[in-house]
Amino acid sequence: MSGLDPIETFRQEAQELLEQVEQGLLDLAHRPGDRDLIDAVFRGLHTLKGSGAMFGFDALAAFTHHCETAFDRVRKGEVPATPRLVACVLSAQDHMRALAEGRPVEPGAGEALLADLHAAVEGGDAPVGAAEPAAPDARKWKIRFSLPADALVNGARPLPLLDELRDLGDCHVRVVTDDVPMLEDLVPTECHLAWEVLLTTPHGRDAIDDVFIFVIDEMTLEVEELTASRDLDNPMAEAAGSPSAVKAEKSTETAAAQDTRAAKSGETVRVPAERLDEMMDRVGELVIAQSRLKQLASSSLDTALRAVAEEIERLAAEMRDTMMVVRMVPVIQLFGRFRRLIHDLQNDTGKKIDLHIEGETTELDKTVIERLADPLVHLVRNAADHGLETPEQRLAAGKPEAGVIRLSAVQSGAEVLITITDDGRGVDRDRVRAKAEENGLITPGQVLTDNELLNLIFAPGFSTAATITNLSGRGVGMDVVKKTIEGLRGSLDITSNPGQGSVVSLRIPLTLAIIDGLLIRVGASRFVIPLANVEECVELSPAQDLRSTGRSLITLRDELVPFIRLREQFKTGSAPDPHQKIVVVSTGQDRVGLVVDQILGDHQTVIKPLSGFHADIGAFSGATILGDGGVALILDIPTLVHLGQRHDAQMRVAG
Amino acid sequence: MTQHAIEALTFDLQGETFALEAGLVREVLDLLPETEVPGAPPFVGAVINFRGRIIPLVDLRVAFEMERGDPTIDTRIVVIEHPLDGEPALIGLRADKVHEVTTITHETTEDVPRIGLRWRTDFIRRLARRDGDLIVIPDLDQIFAARGQTASVTSLHPTQAR
Repeated sequence: MSGLDPIETFRQEAQELLEQVEQGLLDLAHRPGDRDLIDAVFRGLHTLKGSGAMFGFDALAAFTHHCETAFDRVRKGEVPATPRLVACVLSAQDHMRALAEGRPVEPGAGEALLADLHAAVEGGDAPVGAAEPAAPDARKWKIRFSLPADALVNGARPLPLLDELRDLGDCHVRVVTDDVPMLEDLVPTECHLAWEVLLTTPHGRDAIDDVFIFVIDEMTLEVEELTASRDLDNPMAEAAGSPSAVKAEKSTETAAAQDTRAAKSGETVRVPAERLDEMMDRVGELVIAQSRLKQLASSSLDTALRAVAEEIERLAAEMRDTMMVVRMVPVIQLFGRFRRLIHDLQNDTGKKIDLHIEGETTELDKTVIERLADPLVHLVRNAADHGLETPEQRLAAGKPEAGVIRLSAVQSGAEVLITITDDGRGVDRDRVRAKAEENGLITPGQVLTDNELLNLIFAPGFSTAATITNLSGRGVGMDVVKKTIEGLRGSLDITSNPGQGSVVSLRIPLTLAIIDGLLIRVGASRFVIPLANVEECVELSPAQDLRSTGRSLITLRDELVPFIRLREQFKTGSAPDPHQKIVVVSTGQDRVGLVVDQILGDHQTVIKPLSGFHADIGAFSGATILGDGGVALILDIPTLVHLGQRHDAQMRVAG
Repeated sequence: MTQHAIEALTFDLQGETFALEAGLVREVLDLLPETEVPGAPPFVGAVINFRGRIIPLVDLRVAFEMERGDPTIDTRIVVIEHPLDGEPALIGLRADKVHEVTTITHETTEDVPRIGLRWRTDFIRRLARRDGDLIVIPDLDQIFAARGQTASVTSLHPTQAR
């Protein structure tokens, strides 16, 4: 753990740069003339080339150099960003990713991509003049810039910047030495100089900004156009100005410096996920130790001890919350990649697809985000492949040619609701039913609610794809999606209107590490039920208990709910308590009652995994340490609900 | 024949002496509150809280088809670090009594005889002779891989595993 492998650091950085380039390119496909996007892509390529060479990724650096050169022509306005060009750079970007990750690439693949790229650039015989406004009259600009003190250490060099400005036109440069400290305070590696440049150029403001494109984030830059009314003959005199003018400039500079500082507070630190996990473990232990302290203190008469215990409790809770926030990342990291997927899907299917993304700033635990990626890809593919119709079919159905897939994320309490909506043809109920009958999931003619019918899609081995396309049918079914989601302690549901499309909703807990739980006792053992699954708690009267020997069902507000006696399920071999309770739990749609001996109360639970010996016992999703140091197992509610339903079904057959 | 000697911790299970390589042993604990795991095989029927970690508690007596007596004042938990399914894991082992760390030289050990033992021979790595007595060096890999199930037990109780 000591120090980070520089290669690994570069790979991470490359990953982010490529992501940024990719997003820029995808946006560019919609807004081909957007200067900011073009600059962003160019900057990404340039940085990748630079650091690639620095870390010894020579093949990557060389390849990127060619792309950068090609893209530079776009930036200079010589070539428009045609869809073809963008597509070429996108493929090139995939190649760079492979190179950065050290994956093997086919020999000649790079050359082929470069040839395509070259053709795309040359083929774009766009009117050059259109991108660049016809040479206007020369205008005069006053430019004032300074670099941050550590710029030289970080490799920025002011001389090339001045050279580039000179290339633009006639230049008068004056160096501003006001901030140079006294000799004894001088740090030779720091940059204290600022420059004032009077530039006469036919190029526009953009050209000036381009000069500073790689340093703009760190530096202070003021650009002002000088109009004819100003004294152009003696510009330097004006620049020197009256004392009050200098003062004013000073104050704007401080404001600019403050801006930079404000921007810096938004800086991020790259931390490997495993360190965060370690820290989370420590916080988990702290929470456990704290609840032990709380228990000790509550039985003590020492008020000072009790005060400290309370203080520690507050701190531990805050620490826990902070730690959670640290692990949170916006879902844009997850959703971002779907733009590329949709881009590719359009090419593969010939369908027109508009992707709408909502709530991309919603945050989720990093681990959750990682594990959500595959199921979401599958759902989006499904929506595009099975859900959306072809343009012709859509037009015939009176819909707009392009289908819409909407990805949205909303936080609600301790959960995030993610929905994947399409406006396609909707789920074909008849086909689902036929397929389910064929697979023996239901008996012919079995009466099902619409919801039950739709949810058959998530049954193992179910697929409605009549023909296996290269999109779906990759051996991953919706059942795997469902399993993954449930593994995250989430749930999913589908609704669909024929001809209008489908909505798949996922409910995902914000984090996997800590949950609020209900602590219960069965026999001599204590267990934790995730609070998110608890609907209500009711008393099981002795009369009901006796009466229900033949059937394990209670009536709750006119609805029959099957229940499981955990005492029997867990074979505790103990006599039931006289006042048993039923905890009604649900997975979102199905409910089941769990008969327990006693409800002990709320418990904030740090989830610990069970060892390999116990991981395959379905009834438990993990374990936690209680305030007194004892261990409580955490109940896996989906499994128990499933058990209850099976039990219920058996009862029905028997009854 | 390699000549190396091993440092081993010896402990008792139902009157038999067993030995484990001392390097595996993390700690020897007095009995802790145990939490039973419903549905788990008797070989590893409980978990304990070992310094903030939840670790499984293994009963080697089940693997060797011994009687499972009640705990006594001498009963201890030996916490070892041993790979489980390829991952390093902490595991607690129940011991009726823990003796001492002793040196076992290779010359005093011998291969497990095919017959004459009432235990599954693949659960034993070697036998060591000492003072006219025998010390069993169990093969933890085999025992853990089998999840402690002996042949007869397996046939009676199909595993809980999916």
